[in-house]
Amino acid sequence: MQPFLSVTGAAALLMQRNVDTDVIIRIEPLTQVPREQLGRFAFEALRQGPDGSPINGFVLDEPCFRAAPILLADENFGCGSSREGAVWALQGLGVRCVIAPSFGDIFVDNCFQNGLLPIRLAREHVMRLAGFCAKGAAITVDLRDGVIVAADLHIAFSVDPLRRTALLEGLDDIGLTLRDAPAIDAWQRADLAARPWNWPAPVQPVKEITQ
Amino acid sequence: MTARTLFDKVWDRHVVRDMGGGWSLLHIDRHLLHDLSGPPALEEITRRGLGVRHPDLAFATADHAVSSSPGRDGHSSAQGAALYDALQERSAVAGLRFFKLGQLGQGIVHVMGPEQGLVLPGLTLVCGDSHTCTNGALGALAFGIGSSESAHVLATQTLRQRKPRQLRIRVDGQLPENVTAKDLALHLLSRHGAACGVGHAIEYTGEAVHALTMEERLTLCNLSVEFGSKIGMIAPDDVTFTYLEGRPYAPTGERFTHAVADWRALASDEGATVDRELRVDAAEVTPMITWGTSPDQGVPVDERVPDPASAPNEAVRQSWQQALDYMGLRAGAALAGTPVDWVFIGSCANARLSDLRAAALIACGRRVAPSVTAWVVPGSEQVRRDAEAEGLDRVFEEAGFVWRSPGCSLCVAANGERVPAGARAVSTSNRNFVGRQGPNARTHLASPAMAAAAAVTGCITDVRTLRVM
Repeated sequence: MQPFLSVTGAAALLMQRNVDTDVIIRIEPLTQVPREQLGRFAFEALRQGPDGSPINGFVLDEPCFRAAPILLADENFGCGSSREGAVWALQGLGVRCVIAPSFGDIFVDNCFQNGLLPIRLAREHVMRLAGFCAKGAAITVDLRDGVIVAADLHIAFSVDPLRRTALLEGLDDIGLTLRDAPAIDAWQRADLAARPWNWPAPVQPVKEITQ
Repeated sequence: MTARTLFDKVWDRHVVRDMGGGWSLLHIDRHLLHDLSGPPALEEITRRGLGVRHPDLAFATADHAVSSSPGRDGHSSAQGAALYDALQERSAVAGLRFFKLGQLGQGIVHVMGPEQGLVLPGLTLVCGDSHTCTNGALGALAFGIGSSESAHVLATQTLRQRKPRQLRIRVDGQLPENVTAKDLALHLLSRHGAACGVGHAIEYTGEAVHALTMEERLTLCNLSVEFGSKIGMIAPDDVTFTYLEGRPYAPTGERFTHAVADWRALASDEGATVDRELRVDAAEVTPMITWGTSPDQGVPVDERVPDPASAPNEAVRQSWQQALDYMGLRAGAALAGTPVDWVFIGSCANARLSDLRAAALIACGRRVAPSVTAWVVPGSEQVRRDAEAEGLDRVFEEAGFVWRSPGCSLCVAANGERVPAGARAVSTSNRNFVGRQGPNARTHLASPAMAAAAAVTGCITDVRTLRVM
């Protein structure tokens, strides 16, 4: 994973509550399109009418926000489906950080798996940043210092320490966990002895019942 | 020893290593894979040159992108064909169990898991799907993950997780007649909002919860994620044990007896504390219908569409107005009587045998209104066969419903099946999001009986006004 240290750029405002991952990326492109190309399908429902014509005024289509690396959002952003494609679609748009009062739990897990930084910030702070960024002024999100800088405005934020380190150093979870293999083996041996019913019989070819 | 909750007990016994700061390396006992999130996870570990550490703990089935047309095969849906092949082939290479179309075990992953006895009380279970919370109904610690975490589980049989806060939802009293677990979930959502459970694991408890059948409990836990919680659990009891006994992958004989003794001890201890508690009176719950584009935008079916002018604040006013514009509804209009174009009875929320029976009771002796297209999509191959064995398929077909093959179908519209743009659907699924059932499709969530009532009357209808014929 690419390390995340800081990002500077425009911050687009998408103040809608409960923006779900279906709205971030519709499911059909996920069945058809490689993950690197999902960006152009992001927020389809908000940027296209029923006939495919563009809806005027969608924030990420405005010239000063077209490549905005920061998204300012409202409560429960990324709720709903666990599709990791929502994160890939945002990254495809160039988004590297989302700032909102709260997030869907699984979306947050997926963000950290991909080096996209979700920051929880009180709504009043999000709105203050929005005021500053309304015309495309750049802000800086610095994970090293835990601070968002918008000219004279400094807003501190916190990220879970373990996740912060993983982002700063670009750590790979699977690689780290594989170092725990002896502990995993020991746990499994103990569980098999204590609760054998938890362990299904090894896979055997079952009788095929096809109609 | 301090009093612990059900969640604490299941969590604690799965800690492989305490990582500090609230984090643990948790053992994962079951991993379910479906055709959308399974292939990328299997691909990822291949790309890394890793193997599946415990193929005996992983099970795969295709549900999202397979066609639900009668007589379909894995290639009937253009969207799903390559995904079907990828899941089947990669499962074979990895040596994990794949349930093919037409075979018992195939079905919507959260329907087939409990039904096959793959989910047991006290287990940890994950799947690349947010409705994995459904399985908490059996007292398992089950949650949805993305493809990257899924790859982590395939490679290590563990996950790094931070322990969430805990929310207890106590439902006292008894649900009225004609009121279902779906109505209870939609009632909770309408009262407390879609973000109420963010960051929390829910335990549902109280008289009304333990009075639910296993299938009703699965419906209630299914909607936990709509509440913001990736985990929703119910303590296992005799209802759970009776449900599990004899299922294909459940323990048998003496092992089952030992298991039950262990499972009984999982219930939350007297005096165990949680971070938050909500109390609900079951007697207040009525048949519900959603009017908006978030599952928390619901009302009792005999009420009116809310007026954005009466919203508690500007942000809420805006979201109500956007929802009404999308749904083509007028503030203050009666919901009952609103004409409907489509009805979908299916999904991991409501496509089990008891759901189909409830819908069939309304359908029996009636006809689907001429203006309505009504689909019934059983949740699994097992549900399909059980329903056909008792003639439910004929009841539906005689009434003018289309009886289809098991899968996610119109709940998620990933397989090319969709509700047309602008059409209004009453659906037994769990999400009324913008575009969920197809671009610009309008979704009203309700129980199976309410959906059947809408099909036969051609409009949103209070099921209590229809007699069982």
